[in-house]
Amino acid sequence: MATDPIHQFEIKRIVPIDVGGVDLSFTNSALFMVLSAVVGSGLLMWATMHRRLVPARMQSAAEMFYEFVAKMHRDAVGSEGMRFFPLVFTLFLFILMANLFGMFPYFFTVNSHIIVTATMALFVFFLVIGFGIWRNGFRFFKIFVPDGIPVAVLPFIVLIEILSFFTRPLSHAMRLFANMLAGHITLKVFGGFVISLGQSTIFGAGAVSTIVGVGMAIVALIATVALTALEFLVAGLQAYIFAMLTSIYLSDAVHPGDH
Amino acid sequence: MELEVATELGNLIADAGSAIGAGAACMGVGAAGVGLGVLFGNFVSAAIRNPAAADGQFGRLIFGFAVTEAMGVFSLVIAFLLLFT
Repeated sequence: MATDPIHQFEIKRIVPIDVGGVDLSFTNSALFMVLSAVVGSGLLMWATMHRRLVPARMQSAAEMFYEFVAKMHRDAVGSEGMRFFPLVFTLFLFILMANLFGMFPYFFTVNSHIIVTATMALFVFFLVIGFGIWRNGFRFFKIFVPDGIPVAVLPFIVLIEILSFFTRPLSHAMRLFANMLAGHITLKVFGGFVISLGQSTIFGAGAVSTIVGVGMAIVALIATVALTALEFLVAGLQAYIFAMLTSIYLSDAVHPGDH
Repeated sequence: MELEVATELGNLIADAGSAIGAGAACMGVGAAGVGLGVLFGNFVSAAIRNPAAADGQFGRLIFGFAVTEAMGVFSLVIAFLLLFT
């Protein structure tokens, strides 16, 4: 079907590689992951190649971006957590670039596959557990026991805290994945409306029905343009949210029991 | 013969059921919309009372947005699962 809104998420093999029965092909997904990593880091390197005391346009854009992420991370974790800043910055840049590349027509959206977002979310989850136990030892489990709770309701609170801790990677991965998936499906569905309304004969044959159909197609086209603008907002916002939640989860590992 | 008709009828009922289920799952998206309206409405009314403090709460606003929106997005995923798998 030409207007299948799911077709865009199909993974195609570009360079088939097979290692001992395991499919390690270089796919279009891998291509866009490499592209977003290379273009993201390349842009920042190019912007800071000729450093000056009074920054030029590209350098000050790069500095503003860095300061923005650094402030977000410092507000969430505090200055002791700045050792995780490279991780958070890399995640932010990679997700932002992948989402923005996905906005080009015929380009593949890496984050519309849950395996990609789940990998990043599970990495953050295990990092929080590993670093929390390595740094705080047994005190790490204080994140399940908030202060100032009456003893009578404490078991229930602990149960809820444990549940909410273990559903974090699910919601962390699902949020980015579902936003990109839903946004791109919506764009394709509205794009399909333009075609089908422009050609439609559901209002009968004749000049009047053609005018009505084309008029509604123009409305659908305007809606598609507005949705595209919204998708650019979502692309940036979801990258920011993913990085910010990473910071907030890491702050649990750095200072357990403070929240 | 009768078995074939029954199987086909069963498949039709299952298709209709998953379409109805997808529609019902989308009600969760509307509920998340209510939640986001409460969130942003309260943020704007607080920001009008004290505009100087509004910029400092941007991170908290986005955190609330993310947590609220996740619930709507989960129901949307259920709808997609019912429709496309």
